[in-house]
Amino acid sequence: MHDVLVRTNEPPRLRLFQRLGELWQSREILANLASKELRVKYKSSALGVAWSMLNPLLYLVVFYVVFTYFIPARTPSFPVYLLSGLLPWTLFSTGMAGATTSIVGGANLVAKVAFPHEMLPLASIRAQLVNFFFQFLVLVAFLVIFGYPLIHRGVLLLPLALGVLLLFTAALGFAAAAWNVRYRDTGHLVELALLAWFWSTPIVYPTSFVSERLGETGFNLYLLNPMANIVMGFQRAIYGGVSDRTLAQLPAPGLTWYGLRLIALGLVSTALLYVTWRLFFRRSGDFAEEL
Amino acid sequence: MPQAAITVEGISKRFRLFHERPTSVKERLLRLRGSRAEDFWALRDVAFEVPEGNTWGLVGANGSGKTTLLKIIGGILRPTEGRVVTQGRIAALLELGAGFHPELTGRENVYLNASILGLSRHETDLYFDEIVAFAELEEFIDSQVKYYSSGMFVRLGFAVAVHVDPSILLIDEVLAVGDEAFQRKCLRRIREIQAEGRTIVFVTHAIQQVQAICDGAVMLDHGQIRAMGDVADVIKEYRLVMLRRHIGFARRDLTRAAEIAGVELLDGEGAVSSVVPPGGELTVQVDVRANRPVDDPVISMVIYDGDGQFVFRTGTAEMRLGRLEGKLRVGFEMSSLPLADGRYSLTVGIHDRSERVVHDWHDQRYVFDVAGGLMEETQIFIPVETRVERL
Repeated sequence: MHDVLVRTNEPPRLRLFQRLGELWQSREILANLASKELRVKYKSSALGVAWSMLNPLLYLVVFYVVFTYFIPARTPSFPVYLLSGLLPWTLFSTGMAGATTSIVGGANLVAKVAFPHEMLPLASIRAQLVNFFFQFLVLVAFLVIFGYPLIHRGVLLLPLALGVLLLFTAALGFAAAAWNVRYRDTGHLVELALLAWFWSTPIVYPTSFVSERLGETGFNLYLLNPMANIVMGFQRAIYGGVSDRTLAQLPAPGLTWYGLRLIALGLVSTALLYVTWRLFFRRSGDFAEEL
Repeated sequence: MPQAAITVEGISKRFRLFHERPTSVKERLLRLRGSRAEDFWALRDVAFEVPEGNTWGLVGANGSGKTTLLKIIGGILRPTEGRVVTQGRIAALLELGAGFHPELTGRENVYLNASILGLSRHETDLYFDEIVAFAELEEFIDSQVKYYSSGMFVRLGFAVAVHVDPSILLIDEVLAVGDEAFQRKCLRRIREIQAEGRTIVFVTHAIQQVQAICDGAVMLDHGQIRAMGDVADVIKEYRLVMLRRHIGFARRDLTRAAEIAGVELLDGEGAVSSVVPPGGELTVQVDVRANRPVDDPVISMVIYDGDGQFVFRTGTAEMRLGRLEGKLRVGFEMSSLPLADGRYSLTVGIHDRSERVVHDWHDQRYVFDVAGGLMEETQIFIPVETRVERL
């Protein structure tokens, strides 16, 4: 059996299922590149991967101390609220930052070896996913130590929210990676955008703040932010199960409200992913030349 | 006739050299007018076929487009015109150890590199010991690559690359790495790959490698095919083009209007001799015969050293020989030969003033030795009279 390859001057066109098959065949590259990224990051450090857990741990301790003893927060169990929104946000923002520079950073590979370029941004996101899991362990440990309930119906939202988050990150990641090849300051723009985006997402403040101040129309506009919906999904899944008081902080008590939003966003993200992937794939034929 | 593993059809490649192209979003927004571009055609209408199981060499001067062509065949660059059809899995070795990360160990890099080149984890497990043994890095495989010498680095890169299991292997001048023993090993491995019926295209400057292992060759010159097919023909053409850097009359088409009838090397006494002491006297005597009248011919003589490197040329260009009929004897008398010990060869030619019309030439056909000097390593011989005065 021969795989015949024809290459012309046409920019490559994405044939979705054929390409998915090709990516599946070279899936080991993804794992290897992602583990490279992690290994390189933690290679010469004594703590290794523990570093990625230290960050949320510190957040937990500081926020617990500050908002329990010094400035009693209006939000009950604030550290849990914070982390259940901060962890998916961190996955999104670090995944985006990594994906943006992945092609330019992998220049010596792209210019010298023929391999599916999608692997570079995807590997960056996957590496951050691994970090996410370690950080999530910290949160779980915190919940266990403080005797908060771990298993409840809300947890069902977790895989859905995570799946949508990954789709959304990949969709934007492809676009930013391709753009960064042409315009090298894309990374700075992404950074700025992420900062503004962070404060437009209910992570350090509860959504009730927004609805109180902006009114219903304002809040509905606010909910057009995809990350707000994803983060709220995580919050409902983790923070919402802590107690009745925490559940009351969230915009809706039922799971359906979140589930439907996430499903809709999942569909939009899939469509967006298709569009940006096509763009990425089309541009990928010229990556070697432009680097 | 086996089917073609690689078919290159009318490939052209244009690189745009952008002047003032915005490289940032900021610049793009600030400057609305377009950027100026200069076109550079790295390849022009290149077409050839490599039959399955063949090994082809790609030769040409620096900047002739060899690497660009290899990258297009390997799918790294997109052609501007034309198309490439390949059958089977391709591995392109444009740089050994491309993608090696200095912070990772040799072992980690082997797995990473192998997977990028298309080897599965399972296959890499199978070949791992063989790869390490080939690279001769058993002791260092678990050290970080940043502690490797450059030799170790490329050895590992080559070892991984040749154990990937492609049906088409593209190699860019990577056979020139490592010491001589390692190069021999690389060539042996290439022969094995050939024996397994795989197709190889490789870029090289080392003509003897093409001669040794290729079934066919392509020579590129400024992005166009200069010669292709039979190895001997391509090598001949390549040599001519290389020679032409120093001697314009190194050409294939001869008018034969005048011919070199004989060349003699004579010592100081006028006796035929091909051994000269350093600083000795040597006369190169060229007999020319005109088969029909030739206007204003120039007779040239060129000296090359034992490695084929150009040393010196002289000729009758200044003398304006006028119209040549019948026979002519030219003597190039070198009264004190400033050459160090070694073997030298002579090229002799008859051509017009522009060197475009060549009547006859003999390429490095006459050989003489300089012998009797004291030191082996000297480059030239300088006649020195040492005077000592006691004051």
